[in-house]
Amino acid sequence: MEEVELNKEFITSQLTSSFGHYIINSEETYGMITITVDRSKILEIMNYLYLDPKLSFTFLTDLTGVHFPEPKDELGVVYHLHNLPANIRLRIKTFFPKSDSVIDSLTSLFSSANFMERETYDFFGIIFKGHPNLKRILNVDDLDYFPLRKEYALEDSTRTDKDDTMFGRG
Amino acid sequence: MVNTAEAPEGVEGPGFFATSLDKVVGLARKHSIWPLPFATSCCGIEFMATMASTYDLARFGAERPSFSPRQADLLMVMGTIAKKMGPVVRQVYEQMSEPRWVIAVGACASSGGIFDTYSVLQGIDKIIPVDVYVPGCPPRPEQIIDGLMRIQDLVEKEPTRRRDSSEYKALLSSYGIK
Amino acid sequence: MTISEINYKKETTLEPINLGQLTTLNLGPTHPATHGVFQNILQMDGERVVSSESTIGYIHRAFEKLAERRPFYQITPITDRLNYCSSPINNMGWHMTAEKLIGIETPKRVDYMRVIIMELSRIADHLICNSILGVDAGAFTGFLYIFQQREAIYDIFEEICGARLTTNIGRIGGMERDFTPSIIAKIYRFLDDYTLALKEFESLFNRNRIFMDRTIGVGGISAERALNYGFTGPNLRAAGVDYDVRVTTPYSSYNDFDFDIPIGKNGDTYDRFMVRNEEMWESLKIIRQALDKLPAGKHHADVPDFYLPPKEQVYNHMEALIYHFKIVMGEIEIPKGEVYNCVEGGNGELGYYLISDGGRMPFRLHFRRPGFIYYQAFEEMIKGSLLSDVVVTMSSLNLIAGEIDA
Ligand code: SF4
Repeated sequence: MEEVELNKEFITSQLTSSFGHYIINSEETYGMITITVDRSKILEIMNYLYLDPKLSFTFLTDLTGVHFPEPKDELGVVYHLHNLPANIRLRIKTFFPKSDSVIDSLTSLFSSANFMERETYDFFGIIFKGHPNLKRILNVDDLDYFPLRKEYALEDSTRTDKDDTMFGRG
Repeated sequence: MVNTAEAPEGVEGPGFFATSLDKVVGLARKHSIWPLPFATSCCGIEFMATMASTYDLARFGAERPSFSPRQADLLMVMGTIAKKMGPVVRQVYEQMSEPRWVIAVGACASSGGIFDTYSVLQGIDKIIPVDVYVPGCPPRPEQIIDGLMRIQDLVEKEPTRRRDSSEYKALLSSYGIK
Repeated sequence: MTISEINYKKETTLEPINLGQLTTLNLGPTHPATHGVFQNILQMDGERVVSSESTIGYIHRAFEKLAERRPFYQITPITDRLNYCSSPINNMGWHMTAEKLIGIETPKRVDYMRVIIMELSRIADHLICNSILGVDAGAFTGFLYIFQQREAIYDIFEEICGARLTTNIGRIGGMERDFTPSIIAKIYRFLDDYTLALKEFESLFNRNRIFMDRTIGVGGISAERALNYGFTGPNLRAAGVDYDVRVTTPYSSYNDFDFDIPIGKNGDTYDRFMVRNEEMWESLKIIRQALDKLPAGKHHADVPDFYLPPKEQVYNHMEALIYHFKIVMGEIEIPKGEVYNCVEGGNGELGYYLISDGGRMPFRLHFRRPGFIYYQAFEEMIKGSLLSDVVVTMSSLNLIAGEIDA
């Protein structure tokens, strides 16, 4: 196998040739290749990145959610992958509307995705389809909202001992 | 070096020493507190330093940390108590037998500290009565030791009947503890 | 117990062989051996663990939400409380993330000072983990001996920044003040003392028959599984993978120093212990090199827009006052963007994923906490082991509740 440089062009062309219009955007910001993909193919894309011998992104560094209330009220999941031997990092992003926040789970591919997906569910309410044990991980089970969504306040809303005029909340 | 505790006030004569029972019991209790370290986070690491060789908490009669609430006199809550942890603290407190004292070490245990957030209990005095608060984030070992000495003062002066008094019962029932 | 046996045991199914004989044991969240706040519900067949379920989140403090409500320079104290055994590394990681976003180049002197501080805290971190592993295996002496050295590190930190544990060291753009000669003398003295202390500590444990029997072959994990579980740091290196952020993505001039990455073979408790010990020796080496070569120069980058001016200047000069006001009131321009930056924390790759929308506070800040990610392997690692092995496995992983629960 001849040596190829794992750069943005190469990874993007590999992905586009197999997934076509499911690859929405690719860019390089602050030295990190970032590819935005459609969520419906996320598991296949991850599988491909994992198994393709030229790419072999076999290490899931990080998985987290993000909420953009503007302009379309979207939730997103951001994956950071790492090809350890070649020392190349790759960021995969995918966005979907808040009203329909379901995405495939990566637990079949990475054991490390288990807790991280549970955390993302706990914080953002993103449902990971196929996760073996999707329940709250950090917060109490009977919390009835997803605290990291932007519309919720940071503070405990049940507090009565703080004077709002003094603390400037409101 | 051996230190002998000072005798309380009393009447002394050849071969006898008379004082009130309260004072003797207080003296004995003061120097044999068994703390239960309930260390959850950063303050717990400072407590570790307090326990270790340089500061040596054992000098104050707290040689044996009691990890069983049944045999502990003093609950030392060190670190953030999240809402998930609240019921656990409460249960540990309920399992302790009277007389029991509580010390809240650090800003988090006292008031929630810098974490005015949806998940953190804003001070353990929301769920159990506290005797001594130690400020600091984290408090230095000297401060923790000072807090323990304030507890010792309280222990020494405590009348033997205090825990049967109606005020004390009212305090506990205001927390809903039987 | 040999490694092949462990692998064999992993294949045992979760289904109990003789139902009705199993005992359910609740370990934690206030059990002394679970230091801090982890709950494990174990299904025991006699002394053996058949299956387990761990619960975390008992000190969830909402760091990520909190960070969305804090200006950049106020986030440093939050990072202190992530892995509180090595706060300075977290601080530096955050500063470097912000610097990467803003595009600040720090002078060499700052880099070297940071390296010295980070390596000191790596020693402090590993020292606690290893000595507590000793305590959990029944050897209290090592803890009492070595903790004096941790006090020495606290002393140094206190002189640098005024705090012992939650240090808040440094600023975006550099350090708050230069090293004084007395700090440098103290660090040199520490290097000498610690060499002796660590030798003594090693002689208590390394070839101690009881300790070896308690730890060799206990709680092992193969390199392959470790990678799949997202292990990083000493725990991954103990399994034989030489991944270290300091080498693969050198930050803060780490490539100027000459050091080795110690690795283990079996990924068991003993290997983790040994890797941490060896790393402390390497850290000592790095600190000595950095101190010897400490370049002259300024202790901060020239970025008045982000770096708070010294107090006398604020009181006496209009310009400094304006900058001070702008920084504190958040009227500085923070670029828009998205960065991921990572440092080698005490437990592994400590990552910061920062999205900035140009406001004075981050739009989103996510911490990649190494402990949180590898803790999920715990259930698999203790399957089939004895109850007392659960305890040593747990402490050898260096689980820090603040980091795991965020
Ligand atoms: S008071 Fe400060 S040091 Fe103590 S637990 Fe809270 S945050 Fe940590």
